[in-house]
Amino acid sequence: MKNGGAEAAVAWVGGTQPLEWKFSQVFGERTAGEEVQEVDIISAIEFDRTGDHLATGDRGGRVVLFERTDTHHVGHRRDLEKMDHPINRHPEFRYKTEFQSHEPEFDYLKSLEIEEKINKIRWCQSANGSLFLLSTNDKTIKFWKVQEKKVKNVCDTNVNSTKAMGNGPIVGSSISTTSKQYIANGGCTNNDFSFPTGGFPSLHLPVVTSHESNLMARCRRIYAHAHDYHINSISNNSDGETFISADDLRINLWNLEISNQSFNIVDVKPANMEDLTEVITSAEFHPTHCNTLAYSSSKGSIRLIDMRQSALCDTHSKLFEEQEAPSSRSFFTEIIASISDIKFAKDGRHMLSRDYMTLKLWDINMDSGPVATFQVHEYLRPKLCDLYENDSIFDKFECCLSGDGLRVATGSYSNLFRVFGCSEGSTEATTLESSKNPMRRQGQMPSRPSRSLGSLSGVVRGVKGADNSGVDTNGNTFDFTTKLLHLAWHPTENSLACAASNSLYMYYA
Amino acid sequence: MSMVEEPLYPIAVLIDELKNDDIQLRLNSIRRLSTIARALGEDRTRKELIPFLSENNDDDDEVLLAMAEELGVFIPYVGGVEHAHVLLPPLETLCTVEETCVRDKAVESLCRIGSQMRENDLVDWFIPLVKRLAAGEWFTARVSACGLFHIAYPSASEMLKTELRSIYSQLCQEDMPMVRRSAASNLGKFAATVESAYLKADIMQIFEDLTQDDQDSVRLLVVEGCPTLGKLLKPQDCVAHILPVIVNFSQDKSWRVRYMVANQLYELCDAVGPEPTRTDLVPAYVWLLRDNEAEVRIAAAGKVTKFCRILSPELAILQILPCVKELSSDSSQHVRSALASVIMGMAPVLGKDATIEQLLPIFLSLLKDEFPDVRLNIISKLDQVNQVIGIDLLSQSLLPAIVELAEDRHWRVRLAIIEYIPLLASQLGVGFFDDKLGALCMQWLQDKVYSIRDAAANNLKRLAEEFGPDWAMQHIIPQVLEMVNNSNYLYRMTILRAISLLAPVMGLEITCSKLLPVVINASKDRVPNIKFNVAKVLLSLVPIVDQSVVEKTIRPCLVELGEDPDVDVRYFANEGLQSIHHVMISS
Repeated sequence: MKNGGAEAAVAWVGGTQPLEWKFSQVFGERTAGEEVQEVDIISAIEFDRTGDHLATGDRGGRVVLFERTDTHHVGHRRDLEKMDHPINRHPEFRYKTEFQSHEPEFDYLKSLEIEEKINKIRWCQSANGSLFLLSTNDKTIKFWKVQEKKVKNVCDTNVNSTKAMGNGPIVGSSISTTSKQYIANGGCTNNDFSFPTGGFPSLHLPVVTSHESNLMARCRRIYAHAHDYHINSISNNSDGETFISADDLRINLWNLEISNQSFNIVDVKPANMEDLTEVITSAEFHPTHCNTLAYSSSKGSIRLIDMRQSALCDTHSKLFEEQEAPSSRSFFTEIIASISDIKFAKDGRHMLSRDYMTLKLWDINMDSGPVATFQVHEYLRPKLCDLYENDSIFDKFECCLSGDGLRVATGSYSNLFRVFGCSEGSTEATTLESSKNPMRRQGQMPSRPSRSLGSLSGVVRGVKGADNSGVDTNGNTFDFTTKLLHLAWHPTENSLACAASNSLYMYYA
Repeated sequence: MSMVEEPLYPIAVLIDELKNDDIQLRLNSIRRLSTIARALGEDRTRKELIPFLSENNDDDDEVLLAMAEELGVFIPYVGGVEHAHVLLPPLETLCTVEETCVRDKAVESLCRIGSQMRENDLVDWFIPLVKRLAAGEWFTARVSACGLFHIAYPSASEMLKTELRSIYSQLCQEDMPMVRRSAASNLGKFAATVESAYLKADIMQIFEDLTQDDQDSVRLLVVEGCPTLGKLLKPQDCVAHILPVIVNFSQDKSWRVRYMVANQLYELCDAVGPEPTRTDLVPAYVWLLRDNEAEVRIAAAGKVTKFCRILSPELAILQILPCVKELSSDSSQHVRSALASVIMGMAPVLGKDATIEQLLPIFLSLLKDEFPDVRLNIISKLDQVNQVIGIDLLSQSLLPAIVELAEDRHWRVRLAIIEYIPLLASQLGVGFFDDKLGALCMQWLQDKVYSIRDAAANNLKRLAEEFGPDWAMQHIIPQVLEMVNNSNYLYRMTILRAISLLAPVMGLEITCSKLLPVVINASKDRVPNIKFNVAKVLLSLVPIVDQSVVEKTIRPCLVELGEDPDVDVRYFANEGLQSIHHVMISS
């Protein structure tokens, strides 16, 4: 960190040392001049609860799984959590498997194309070494099981097997008809055969040999036809048996085992669609309280819901919002207030929200305002007009918290992402680039004390001057086409997974 | 082929298909597992087939489910009860799979086998299995374990019993909510096998811990188990331990818990005895009837009759009836609908005076409800009121309600009321029916919706059955026959349908003299659909009428239709002729 000395000192006083991020791995790196296929662009990232697995979904409807390699025994999760990792180790992942989760569809009734793009992935409780996860596109949620399946080799059958195998389907079909006749006449067999007490010695069971195993993904359940609008979130309940799915206007509650019915628990659809002023943008269950969930809206508010109160939770139990000062209100105020993502911290006490300009940290016991606000895009304020013109202002950036709840992170343009310290007194604010050299941009972006609300326009101008290489034809430093929307923090380690277009970059500190 | 002699071929194939690539064939083989076992003999079944199945645990869930079910009845094929324990290992593996329905079936089969096993075999094989599952690495095994304790416990030694109780209580304190849920839902079964001394100490402790669980889903299951547990305890113990809990639950923060209480409460009344019922359960129930959450009131309203049956009439009138009155004008239509479906049952409980004085106004207001389901629910249970107060008091308000439902703009509502017409007819009697409802029944024959017309035709048949052919001859047949000249061919078709349904009820004479000529006449209709339906109806009349009539009237008509320009008419006419031919030959 060239310019970081002073800042590090400040942070030290504050109590936490800013993290020094290092590149760890990249999957699907772009070679120079390589054209990115639309279908390869990553659209969802999620670590499982243990951090032993990572899943990404892409616009082509595929889900790719990665597994951690730096731990010896992935099986004993309980021991793992208790174990202290040596400091020099950092999480490393390897490609595990991938499967096609969703296919493009066409809704003939509504004449609508349904994209295969994976909007969200959520991990479920694993069992017997199999992994379970939910994936969703705009309309349909699917429950997947990924397991090791032994490759079976059947040999030594009663009926001549070599012949059967050689003739393939023909013999197979003749066998099946025989057996069907046989089963249809099942009652007769008892008359046809008198079973000797010792059985027939000539019969024997087929011998199965298996040498290797294959990873297989099977879709176990499909939760469909419950959403009229596009699904933006899915979230598991701590009870291990239910989950919610949220679209623009409604939130539905499902039981994982029942795919043909769901309960509508939130409905914000007005009687007349012309009265619509606010849509649901994201929803998440509380990590431990099974009856609490939060959802965010396009008007910048977060509502906390207590499912115990009523079957249809149209009235919230708590409302979190921060009105922009009337003086700074503009045409864009409402648009940039829209919350694109909310996440609960592991402790269940705090919530993180991301709107276009900021990250906000909330205490669920304090609905008067956020405990902290981190400026992410304040320098873009003069450019809102341009951003509106090219639709960038509607980009939905995700956010995440570290497992210990001490830091938060979110993405930005030019494949940059920002990490802020959110513990008491921390001034940590790091800007990193999703590349093999994450600290390259350090110092170019304003890394200022997070609670400062001073104008940053000067700094933005400074950046323009400093960075020549990244200037595009319009003279803009920030490339709005390369945006880092999706990123995830490892649940137990300081490790971040970031999706830059089709590449998955992993960093550690 | 080389190794198997010809007659054994089918069984050989069946065995081979245990490992076929086609899941349907594997499934078939598993379903015939008993045949395979008999072909192999008991000894080889034990030594080869069962171990083979034990390894077969990564098959598809459908196959595993079938296997779990088959193994439950497999004792005869492994050589009887003394060898039953060999069946445990494959079922033990099935108890650990991820799919809930497979695990549940495996547990069920294990219980079935365990309940037949000899006591020392249970100690040697079954109890260790339960302990292994309870200590399983994955939650799936521990979930299954909870459902096996009630089989294992009775035959265990004193020391083992203590151990089993403590394992069960550990399962109730698990991290995984799935395991706690399974422990909560199996607590009643396990408690039934535990000695009464430990019941009050250990089991009640477990019960109390579970009632404090912070997962709503666990507490829900505890509520469900309350009545079972309550019945095991002496009334005074039940009052001491269960009653406070259920009263507490009736004011739980979570509406889902209160919903469960509302469903279960009446079952507890017997267990606690009359006095605590009066002092504690009735007030709790009244709370639930007035709950803030409509879902809870729906559940409570649905149990109002069952609850009142347990109480003395005075108590019911004094405490419950006022709530019922409130519910009859509840803001939620579903609450009113739930109430309407059971409230009729209160009449016998309250007796005639109270019913007329108190319940009748409620019936009447529900009969005028704006929501059709509410009215329908009242009408569907009309027979119960009739027994108590007679229909006269009701009939004045009944008729407008029926007429309104009969003309409801939702065809499903119209359909529902048609279904109740025969019941109403039997309750109201011929006189009332003739005056008021007869016209409605005819009107439905010309409904816009096919299902209604079809149901209306059926209704006429049931009415004819109820009141007899003579009545039908007077009140149904003339009107029906009149409609056969309706200008809309769809309505004419309905009449043909009605005729074919009425003919068997009306008998030979009326069919020949009144119905058949109309049908024959219709064969000259200009619409082909009518004509081929005539062919079908004629065929249905064949068994009713004499052979001479068939020869003289039906056959010539069919022959004529058989030369119709329309291909469909010809087809059905020829079908008819052929079957007449067959009937003639066979008779």
